[in-house]
Amino acid sequence: MSIVHVILAIPALAALLLALLPSYRLAARVNVAASVLTLFASLVPFIRRPDTTPFLLIDDFNIYLVALTAFVACTTSLFSARYIVHEVEIGRLVPRYLRYYHAMYQAFVLTMLLALTANNLGTLWVAIEGATLTTVLMVGLYRTHAALEAAWKYFILCGVGIALALFGTILMYLAAEPVMGEGLLAMTWSELLPHAAQFNPALLNLAFVFLLVGYGTKVGLAPLHAWLPDAHAEGPTPISAVLSGLLLNVALYSVLRFKMLLAANPLAVAPGPLMVTMGLSSLLLASFMLYRRRDIKRFFAYSSIEHMGIITFAFGMGGPLANFAGLLHMTMHSLTKSAIFYAVGHVSQIKGTQRIADIRGLTSSQPVLGWALVLGVVAIAGLPPFGVFMSEFLVLTTSFARAPLLAALVLAGLLVGFGALVLRLQGLAFGEGTGGEKASSVALLPAFLHLILVLTAGIYLPGPLVSWFQTVAKLLG
Amino acid sequence: MPVLANLTYDTAHLLDAGMLVLSFALLYQRRLFGVLKIYAMQAVLLAAAAAWQAHAQDAPQLYITAATALVFKGAVIPIALHRIIVRLDIHRAIETALGIGPTLVVGVALVSLSILLVLPVTAASAALTRESLASALSIVLLGLLMMITRRNAVSQVVGFMSLENGLILAAVGVKGMPLVVELSIAFEVMVAFIIFGIFFFHIRERFDTLDVHDIERFRGERS
Amino acid sequence: MTTSLLDLVQLILVLALAPLLTGIVRKVKARLLGRRGPTLIQPYRDLLRLLRKEVVLAPSASWLFRVIPYTTFAAIWLAAAIVPTFTTGLMTSRIADLIALVALLGSARFGLALAGMDVGTSFGGIGSSREMMIASLAEPAMLMVTFTVALLVRSTSLPHISEFMLTHAVGIRISLLLGLISLAMVAIAENARIPVDNPATHLELTMVHEAMVLEYSGRHLALIEAASMVKLLLYLSLIVAMFLPWGMGIELPLGWAALGIGLGAYAAKLMVGAVLLGVFETAIAKMRVFRVAEFLGGAFLLGILAAIFLYVSEGL
Repeated sequence: MSIVHVILAIPALAALLLALLPSYRLAARVNVAASVLTLFASLVPFIRRPDTTPFLLIDDFNIYLVALTAFVACTTSLFSARYIVHEVEIGRLVPRYLRYYHAMYQAFVLTMLLALTANNLGTLWVAIEGATLTTVLMVGLYRTHAALEAAWKYFILCGVGIALALFGTILMYLAAEPVMGEGLLAMTWSELLPHAAQFNPALLNLAFVFLLVGYGTKVGLAPLHAWLPDAHAEGPTPISAVLSGLLLNVALYSVLRFKMLLAANPLAVAPGPLMVTMGLSSLLLASFMLYRRRDIKRFFAYSSIEHMGIITFAFGMGGPLANFAGLLHMTMHSLTKSAIFYAVGHVSQIKGTQRIADIRGLTSSQPVLGWALVLGVVAIAGLPPFGVFMSEFLVLTTSFARAPLLAALVLAGLLVGFGALVLRLQGLAFGEGTGGEKASSVALLPAFLHLILVLTAGIYLPGPLVSWFQTVAKLLG
Repeated sequence: MPVLANLTYDTAHLLDAGMLVLSFALLYQRRLFGVLKIYAMQAVLLAAAAAWQAHAQDAPQLYITAATALVFKGAVIPIALHRIIVRLDIHRAIETALGIGPTLVVGVALVSLSILLVLPVTAASAALTRESLASALSIVLLGLLMMITRRNAVSQVVGFMSLENGLILAAVGVKGMPLVVELSIAFEVMVAFIIFGIFFFHIRERFDTLDVHDIERFRGERS
Repeated sequence: MTTSLLDLVQLILVLALAPLLTGIVRKVKARLLGRRGPTLIQPYRDLLRLLRKEVVLAPSASWLFRVIPYTTFAAIWLAAAIVPTFTTGLMTSRIADLIALVALLGSARFGLALAGMDVGTSFGGIGSSREMMIASLAEPAMLMVTFTVALLVRSTSLPHISEFMLTHAVGIRISLLLGLISLAMVAIAENARIPVDNPATHLELTMVHEAMVLEYSGRHLALIEAASMVKLLLYLSLIVAMFLPWGMGIELPLGWAALGIGLGAYAAKLMVGAVLLGVFETAIAKMRVFRVAEFLGGAFLLGILAAIFLYVSEGL
C-alpha cells in the first residue's frame, strides 16, 4: 500500500461519500477536507519516493505536477464552497444537483491524479477518458440550452479525440511489441523509455501524430479547440477553473510523456515542428479572437487557449531552456488562470451577468475583488514582476536564438493578446461602477494565495524548483 | 475448385472487409431504423472477428470481448436506441450535410488514405495485423465522416459508436494486446451510452427535436 | 465434338433457355405472392403469339423504328453467345472480350433508346432518358468489376477468366465477393428488375424499359421481348462464368461426359439464379427514380472497394 494508492484512494472514497450526503453545506466542507487531505498526501512523495509499479509511478516529471494538481484542487474547492452558496440562493442550482456536482468534482480529481501517476499507457488513457466524462457531466450542470449544447459539443469533440488517442496507444504498443514481447510490459512507460531507441521509427511517428491530435484536442490546441470556450462559459465557474488550471495541463503532460519516448529514438521524425505549428496557430488564433469576445468567461477561455499554445510552442522548440520555460509556464498559468476564474466567478455572481459590457468599475464598487482581477489580468498578460513574464521572456529569447521568424510571430501574438487584455481590463475594472449589486459571500483567500505564489515565483524561484525544472527539461529532449 | 488456402488470413480479411462495407452502408442509409440495424450487424461482425482472432492468436480473453460486443453492442444498444427513438418520437429521416453520393466518394478517399498510411508503416508486422489495422483505421475515419455529415443527433452517436467498433477491431487485431485496453473500451461504451441517454432525455426536455441544427441555434460563440 | 458444332449448340441453347428462365422467375414470384402463376412455358407462347400478330406502326415512325428490333435482338443474341456457358472452348467466346461485350450491350441499348424517342410520344422520351441515365451509371460500375477481375486474372477475355477461377487457388477473396455483389446490382439495373424498374408495371410514369417499347407491336415486340429475355440469361451466365464457373468443361476437345456435366451444371446454376432473383424481387420494394443513382453509385463504390482490397491483399 504505497502513498500513491493513498493519494488516489482519498478522492475515490470522498466521491463515494459525497454521492450519498444530502446536505450540500456539509458536502462542500467534506469536499474541502478531502482536497486538503489529498494535498498533504501528495507532499509525502517528496520525503520518500514510492516504488514504481507496473501501473503507477512517481518520477521526476510528475512529482511536482501531482502536488500542483492537489493544491489547485484544494483552493478551488474552497472557492467552490462559497460560490455554490450564492448559486443555491438564486436558484440556479438545486441541492440534488449539488450532490452530484461534489461527487463528480472528487471523481475528476481522482482521474487527474490517476492520469499523472499512470505508468501504463492504458491506465493513462482510461484516466483521461474519465476526466472527460466527469467534466462533461459538470459542464451540463445548469441544464440550460446553452449548457447542454456546450456539453454536447465538448463530449463529441473530446470523445473523438480520445478515440484517436486510443488508436495512437494501440500503434505505440505495436511499435513496442517486437522489442519487448507481448503483454503488459510493452505498455509500461517506465519500461518503454529505455528501449525506445529500438522501436520502428515510422510506427512511432504515426502513433505520435494520433496521440498529439487525440490528447491535443483536450489541451485545446487549434484547430481542435472549439469545445473549450463553450465549456468554460456555460459550466459553473469552479469547473472553468479546474478545466483551465488542471485538465489542460494534464492532457499536455500526456502528450509530453509520448514526446519523451520519441525523443529517445534518434531515427524518429522530431515531433517538434508539429507541436510548434499547433502551438503557434493556437496562440495567434486565440489572441485575435480575444477582441471579439463579449462574455467574460469565454474571454478568459480564449486566453487559456493562447497560453496553452505558448506552452506547446515552447515544448515543440525543445532544448533545455525552452523546456524549462514551458514547465514554468505550465505552473504559472495554472495558478494565475484559476485565480482569475475565482475572481471572475464572484464578479459575475455579484453583477448577475457574464457580459463584459455590463460589468464596469469593479475597483470602485468592489475594491478587493476588483484589484484581485486587475492583478490576475496583469499577471496573465505577462507583465513583470509576475512569473508569467519570466516564462514568456525565456520562450522568446530561446526562440529568437534559433528561429527568429517564429519568435517574431510569437511576439506578435503575445502583443495582440496583451492589447486585448488591457483593453477589456480598462472597462471592467476602472471607471464608473454599473450593474446590479447582488450581495454574496466571497472567497478571497484562494485567488490572492495563487497570485502571491505567482508573484513570488516571478521574483525568486526557489532552488529545488529550479533544479526540478532543469532535470525534467533535460528528460524532455 | 478454388482451393481454400490460408483460411485464417482469408476469414479475418473477410470479416474485416465486411465491417468496412457495413460502414459504407451506414453512410448510405436514409432511415434511422436502417442505421440501427446496420450498426447491430456491424457489431455482430465485430464479435465474429474478435472470436476469430481469439482462435487465431490463441488468446482466450478475446472471447470475452467478442461476447461483450455481441450482447451489448449487437443487441442492448440498438434495442435501447430503438426504444428511445420511438418514445421521444424523434424525426426518423436522416438529413445530411453533404449528399449521399459525395459522402460515399469522400469515404472511398478516406479508405485509400488509411491504406496508404498504414501499410508502409507496418511493414515489419504480420500480414494479418497490417490488414486489420488498415481496415480498422478506415472504419474509424468513416465513423468520423458519418459524425461530421449528419445533422441528427442519434445518427451522430451511431457514427461515434461505429468509430469505436473500428477501435476494438484494431485492438483485437494486434497480437497480444493486454486486457487492460479491452476493459477500457467496454467501459467507454457503457458510460458513453449512459451519458448519451441522459443527454437525449435532457435535450428532449429542452428541445422538441434532436436536430442538431436547432440545437445550434443557441450557439454561444456569438458572444 | 467439334467446336463448330458446340458453337451452334451454344447459340441455340441461349435462345431456347431464355424464355424458360423468365418463366421460372415469374412462377417463383407468383408462388411467393400466393398465386398459382402462369405455366413455365408461357413466355414461349407469348412470343409465338406476338410473332403471328400484325404490326401496327405510328404514321410518324421512321425506318429506324422498324429496323431497330432486329439489330437489338441480333446484338444481344451475339453477346449471349460470347459468354461461355458450359465450356470455355467455344470459338464464339473469342470474338470479343469483356470490354467489347459491354460495348455490344451498349449499342443495343442505344438503338432501343433511339426507337423510344422515334415516334415522338412523351412516354417514350421518359423511358429513353431514364434508361440512358441508368446506363451511364451502371456501365462504369460494370467496367470497375471488369477491371478488378482483370487485375487478378491478367486478362479480360472471358474464357481465360473462367479457366483461371477453376484452376488457380483463388481462396475466399473479399474483392471477388464485392465484385459479385456489384455485378449483381448492375445486372438488376440493366435488366429492369425491381428495385430499379418493375417489368410488370402498367403505370407509365413508373416505367423505364417498358416505356421505351410502348409503341411496338407484333413481331417487332416479339423480337424485343426475346431480346430482354436473352439479356437476363446473358447477365446470369456472365455472373456464373466470372465468379462461379464450377462444372464448366475446360479440357478440349470436349468429351461427352464433360459436355453432359457442363450442360447440367449450367442449367442448375441458371435455375438457382432464377429462383434467387424471384425471391429477391418479391422481398424488396421498388426505389424512387432519383434513388437509382445512389444505388448504382453504391455498385460503383463496391467495385472500387473490390479493386482496393485486391491491391491490399496483393501488397501484403
